[in-house]
Amino acid sequence: MAMQLGDGVGGEEGSAAPIVGDAALSRPGWRPTGPGSRSEERAAYLFLAPWIIGAVVFLLIPLGWAVWLSFTDEQLLRPGQFIGLDNYVEAFTGDRHFYKSIGVTLTWIVIAVPVFLISGLLVALLLNQKLRGMSFFRTLLYVPAVLSGVAIAVLWFTLLNSDLGAVNQLLRSIGIEDPPNWFQDPDFALWGVAIMGLWGVGTNAIIYLAGLQNIPPDLYEAAGMDGAGAWAKFRHITLPMLSPTMFFLFIGELTAALVIIGPVIVISGAGGAAGPADSLLFYMLLLYRRGFVEGQLGYAAALAWILTVIGLTLVWLTFKLEKRFVFYQA
Amino acid sequence: MTELAAPGRRPNRPERLARLTPRRLAHAAFVYACLLALAAFIILPLGWMLTAALKPNNVPVFTFPAEWFPTEHFNFGTFVEALTQPREPYGRFALNSLLLASVNIVGAVFSNSLIAYAFARLQFRGKNVLFAAVLATMLLPAPVLLIPQFLLFFNIGWYGTQDGFPAGYLPLTVPAFTGNPFFIFLLRQYMRTIPKELDEAARIDGAGHWTIYTRIILPLSVPALLVVAVFTFLGVWNDFFGPLLYLDDPQWFTVPLALAREVTTVGTEWNIVMAATLVAMLPPLLIYAFSQNKLMGGIASVGIRG
Repeated sequence: MAMQLGDGVGGEEGSAAPIVGDAALSRPGWRPTGPGSRSEERAAYLFLAPWIIGAVVFLLIPLGWAVWLSFTDEQLLRPGQFIGLDNYVEAFTGDRHFYKSIGVTLTWIVIAVPVFLISGLLVALLLNQKLRGMSFFRTLLYVPAVLSGVAIAVLWFTLLNSDLGAVNQLLRSIGIEDPPNWFQDPDFALWGVAIMGLWGVGTNAIIYLAGLQNIPPDLYEAAGMDGAGAWAKFRHITLPMLSPTMFFLFIGELTAALVIIGPVIVISGAGGAAGPADSLLFYMLLLYRRGFVEGQLGYAAALAWILTVIGLTLVWLTFKLEKRFVFYQA
Repeated sequence: MTELAAPGRRPNRPERLARLTPRRLAHAAFVYACLLALAAFIILPLGWMLTAALKPNNVPVFTFPAEWFPTEHFNFGTFVEALTQPREPYGRFALNSLLLASVNIVGAVFSNSLIAYAFARLQFRGKNVLFAAVLATMLLPAPVLLIPQFLLFFNIGWYGTQDGFPAGYLPLTVPAFTGNPFFIFLLRQYMRTIPKELDEAARIDGAGHWTIYTRIILPLSVPALLVVAVFTFLGVWNDFFGPLLYLDDPQWFTVPLALAREVTTVGTEWNIVMAATLVAMLPPLLIYAFSQNKLMGGIASVGIRG
């Protein structure tokens, strides 16, 4: 009797006819049923169909289209003409906000990556102490990670209001007469965004904590017997053993910092305004403004490719440095 | 004191015996002081928000000194107003967000489990290449895909509202039915731990792949599917950029989109905005409260190599 090993994806139990055809039986090297059979292959591709369709329609075609668009003057309601490299030339020589946005984004990377990497490590070191109540603090610190970025931005935008905000009221009450104007001051706007991000320090801390708890305790024991102090243990055991985690987080923070846009759109409005003196004109905000506010989609596609090249270069440099700074256990 | 000891850590090594030396005490005091400061940093903003939201309309929200906890006013009517006010009905927006989240959860659970089943259980040519392709899609540059994806949906009319139907919901839901590399990976790893003997027994009884998938693998994968559902819910509920691009009619707005629009309009009532912000935060908070162990396990595991 033919076992229905390979009934089709749509077949209900018991009602599916065996679909193992004669062709499959007569083909040398193909077992009619069982693992690797032709019917199993057919079933596999049916199971995979959602992904294959999605990858082609939502990823592959858009990827190719993005290349084409960047060489056209496509606008929202007007199909574009091929204009060669004009979009790229325009970005580097004509768009007066282009370099400003790159400057803001690179400044943000220089602020955000170290601040978020170091703060996460410090908090993880605290959470890794063997004391009572740690699971409570761990749970609490992770709370902001599940909250809506818009809600967080609205909350901190309100708290950091220069005249009335609770943070500045607190600073004044402890004797700081002239606290920063945060989002009203071009020199402090990025730091306001950083404080907003620091509220989510728990995310990185949890990842570091997993890394810390994976360090074999024997290493510390052996070092302790050799007379190593706390700093020596941290410097020569914790840091090297944690460097793969740190590398992972570094890449994550770097790429996140490159494409930051969310909180800024919230606090500056969907029109794409960018804070005092364009101090919050992140690259993605410029792309959003050019593409979706002004409707220059072809130009925005070129901006996206430029950003990708910048990002790939930075990630490539990071991987170059990996061998110097990251220690992998043999 | 060993409650949080990592696996493999022996609690009774002589040097770890809890003797209360002054040094040990000072160390514990320092750690707790830092942690309490951190806890205040997390809780006080939430407390300030709750205080503001519980104030009636005629009471100033911004005070000197700042009020971090509700002491005087407990006007829950602000929440009612935020949910029902005709201009910005957050109750309606919450239902819109819930609708999008439900459809996405159905799509994500269905598609990712199908795809993961094929990778975990079936033999076929090109399996390794395809699986590598799934993982490689995680590396595609999102900013580059943004514009052609938008044009694709815009050109086929999946945008805004068409004849009363929120066509802009289609680009926010349909892609969920095509799988997500992170979830595919997670489910495949999970399904590989289910004993193969169960499939084989079912095969001998005449079950096909569809039957094995629906009757054996899916029921046994419920814990992993819950993780997929929770992450999907959080992602959709908190999503801002997608709705910003595809929705144009305020009655179909989601909570974050409406919130972002309201704070940038003039004449905002801050007690109501804070109540609405709490509405935006509450469902994720509740879900987190019930699933935090699983969620954090999922987050933490991505940080470990090997």
